Amino acid sequence: MVPTLSVDRLRVSFSHRRGSIEAVDRVSLQIAPAECLGLVGESGSGKTQIFMAAMGLLPGNAQVSGSVRFEGNELLAVGAPTLNRVRGSRLTMIFQDPMTSLTPHLTVGTQLSEVMVAHLGIPWKDARSLAGRMLERVHVPEPKRRLNQYPHELSGGMRQRVMIAMSLLCEPSLVIADEPTTALDVTIQAQIIELLRAVRGEFGMALVLISHDLAVVAGLADRILVMYAGSVVENAIAEELFRHPRHPYTAELLRCTPSVTGPRLDRLPTLAGQPPRPGEILEACPFAPRCSRAADRCRVERPQLEGSSTSQVACHFPLIS
Amino acid sequence: MNDILLRVRDLRVDFGAHAVIRGVSFDLCAGETLSLVGESGSGKSTLARAILRLLQSAQGGVEFLGVDLLKCSSREMRAQRRSLQIVFQDPLASLDPRMTVGETIAEPLKIFEPGLNASARQRNVGDMLQRVGLSSEMSGRYPHEFSGGQCQRIAIARAMILSPKLLICDEIVSSLDVSIQGQIVNLLLDLQDAGMAVLFISHNLAVVRHLSHRVLVMYLGKLVEIAPCDALFASPVHPYTRALLDAVPHKLPAVGAAARAAPGELAAAGEHAVPDMIASGCAFRDRCPYVLPICETSDPPLLEVAPGHWAACHRSHERLNPLSLST
Amino acid sequence: MDGLADEAARRLRSNPAAVAAVAVLCAIVVLTWLGPWISPNNSQTLDWLHIAARPGMQSSHWFGTDRLGRDLFMRTLAGTRVSIAIGLAASVISLLVGVSYGAIAGYIGGRTDHLMMRLIEILSGLPLIFFVIFLTVIFGRSEYLLFFAIGAVGWLTMARIVRGQTLSVRQREFIEAAIASGAGTGRIILRHVVPNVIGPVIVYATLTVPQIILFESFLSFLGLGIQEPGASLGTLIAEGAGEMEAAPWMLLVPGSFLAVLLLCLNIFGDGLRDALDVKDA
Repeated sequence: MVPTLSVDRLRVSFSHRRGSIEAVDRVSLQIAPAECLGLVGESGSGKTQIFMAAMGLLPGNAQVSGSVRFEGNELLAVGAPTLNRVRGSRLTMIFQDPMTSLTPHLTVGTQLSEVMVAHLGIPWKDARSLAGRMLERVHVPEPKRRLNQYPHELSGGMRQRVMIAMSLLCEPSLVIADEPTTALDVTIQAQIIELLRAVRGEFGMALVLISHDLAVVAGLADRILVMYAGSVVENAIAEELFRHPRHPYTAELLRCTPSVTGPRLDRLPTLAGQPPRPGEILEACPFAPRCSRAADRCRVERPQLEGSSTSQVACHFPLIS
Repeated sequence: MNDILLRVRDLRVDFGAHAVIRGVSFDLCAGETLSLVGESGSGKSTLARAILRLLQSAQGGVEFLGVDLLKCSSREMRAQRRSLQIVFQDPLASLDPRMTVGETIAEPLKIFEPGLNASARQRNVGDMLQRVGLSSEMSGRYPHEFSGGQCQRIAIARAMILSPKLLICDEIVSSLDVSIQGQIVNLLLDLQDAGMAVLFISHNLAVVRHLSHRVLVMYLGKLVEIAPCDALFASPVHPYTRALLDAVPHKLPAVGAAARAAPGELAAAGEHAVPDMIASGCAFRDRCPYVLPICETSDPPLLEVAPGHWAACHRSHERLNPLSLST
Repeated sequence: MDGLADEAARRLRSNPAAVAAVAVLCAIVVLTWLGPWISPNNSQTLDWLHIAARPGMQSSHWFGTDRLGRDLFMRTLAGTRVSIAIGLAASVISLLVGVSYGAIAGYIGGRTDHLMMRLIEILSGLPLIFFVIFLTVIFGRSEYLLFFAIGAVGWLTMARIVRGQTLSVRQREFIEAAIASGAGTGRIILRHVVPNVIGPVIVYATLTVPQIILFESFLSFLGLGIQEPGASLGTLIAEGAGEMEAAPWMLLVPGSFLAVLLLCLNIFGDGLRDALDVKDA
């Protein structure tokens, strides 16, 4: 079975006058059809850049090497016309801040219809009614009225629903959701996560959910990738990851996330230090400076991702269950 | 009972025709950490700015150490500022990019202690940097050279340098990574141990849980629940508080809670109404799973349902659970 | 401030056009000051033997002479010196007055801002030339009057620019933080607003110097500015224009100097803007 998305040794760096900054360091991953992959990492982990590279949305000073294959076809270094056939229709993306990713001076109806007219060749009138139906499917109240409204007239949660609707119009095989709930209130966040779950069931597409919040990803993902400083440090089935995290960073992330249930703590667990600044990638384990288990080997040799199909980890001394 | 530091009475703020804060009253005692919880549109950040007189249109009573902050002269207000400080949400934006970190932290000293000479100031700044977990050599650097978490520490250092009596924290950990959040929260806990009073504004209930003595819940400009921290989390009364707690995503088995498969019956539907459309009645009625006809016409007052525990709901005397949902 | 100024200087150094422009500017300035030592002539002596002489190496007049036999090279250097001095002086005046006015209006806002901006609009409406003529009539012709007149007008646009910049800086969170720390209005304007608007302001100031020089040249061309025996590039160009057909060098020499001066100032100003505007990644 051809994986929907196959990333092989992807490297993304940004060139500046002082040299280049490595954002993504030789990352490989695969997404099977209809699979939901959760991608977790903090700032500087490179999780967004992987998919910006896939979508061809990186800025001009980015250098990309490696391969990204979508449904068997290479996406990197392919011309804009070829890329435009795929992105927005079969490969779509939902961004973090729907205010800035929706065009402010076009109505919602126009933006939704535009997608179908451009990709599917549907006439404008038909596209508009299809747009209205899609808004219903994503539970936007009063969909007909919304079609005539501008993005700034809608609330944050509603705009995100419009974005989700837009990403589904051409029946994609892969939807990338980049921090879709981060800018939203927690009650709305819950609704959007619910919506993504329902939509996945209905449309059966593969979904990548990128987030810095493990809890958001927990409810939806089949598999979870944890990234740190530009590389994948753990790749495991969701239950496995939460029950038996094998990488010390994953364990720390789980430990440091405060919970609403459970006993009240005198001090919150913390992870000392900071993530390395982008560009400081060396031939050593990037997590070594903050790792309580670090040994000499960790400071000179970079661990590779190893393990079984259900659980892989990049660590010289992984945690044993 | 400790002395009351801050006494807010019927605070109202209007932005034009839009009523952002609609009559808020509460007390804050010395040494207490009071958290203010709410989502976007609740008015919680506006409340902080109103208390600090950073807004033009605030009305009502804000009494701090006996001085009415909204009615006193601007000179008197400036004098009060040394005891009442704030840390903002965006750490980098709250620091002047053209001043070194040392100059930024020293500024309150220059304003309120002009008699202090340069080396004494430098010493104070160095001490403060160490106290917030940074090194005193960093005082010559610029904000853009630091990470978000470090900038937030610098902002806290600036707020603390004159040893204020009350520190207002407006969403100070929201833009930080989880692994850094804990560091900042622990810093606040240290300050708490040293007797500082804190008004902690946040939408992050998990952090609030570990930090607060008491919690205020705000919805669309009004307080809907006031409770001691443990009571709020163990037995929330107002339907909005329950919806908030219910919406927080839980993790899988690692923390013992079941994975959230579907939102509970307590989930709030839809989104909050545009505030000027609230003519009468309870602001939460459009989203409340327990709504009754009386909620449409009568805005429930804050009533004490247990010692120290107040809620503004017509049904707060009932023990609401999923079985008693209205149809 | 130093760290950011160093950064800007470094960026400027790596811009070849700006570096070249600065080099030429420095060369011109050095030339105007050292000129008297290089050439055997001076700008006042009338050389009866070489009236309206062509430029050449055989006589000591490398760039020729004017109608009165004065060495054109020396006169041009003297004129350039005057033009640059006026340009700088007037720019400094407009900078100081404009920045203070604009920052105060923009920060205080409300009615004060309203009144201050109305005043600027009224002043902008006055025809500049009439204003200068009016002052000349009252006070007579003098170089100081010229400085004052030009500076007095130049600050208007500067004030507008600074006010606009101040309005956007005022919204930023660190200003709110400064207020919350107890800083008074004066302190905030001086220590927080001005340093953060100074970037675009300096660039604009650099770009106004050529405008001012041009304006002065224009006034002098009209006979309102520098008078004989003094010279500025404007007066020289005026004389040269009259002799264009018979002795073209009389126009070309000062004209070229003016063109080069303005070009370099503009390139430098652009380079400065690029150096100051680029935010660190």
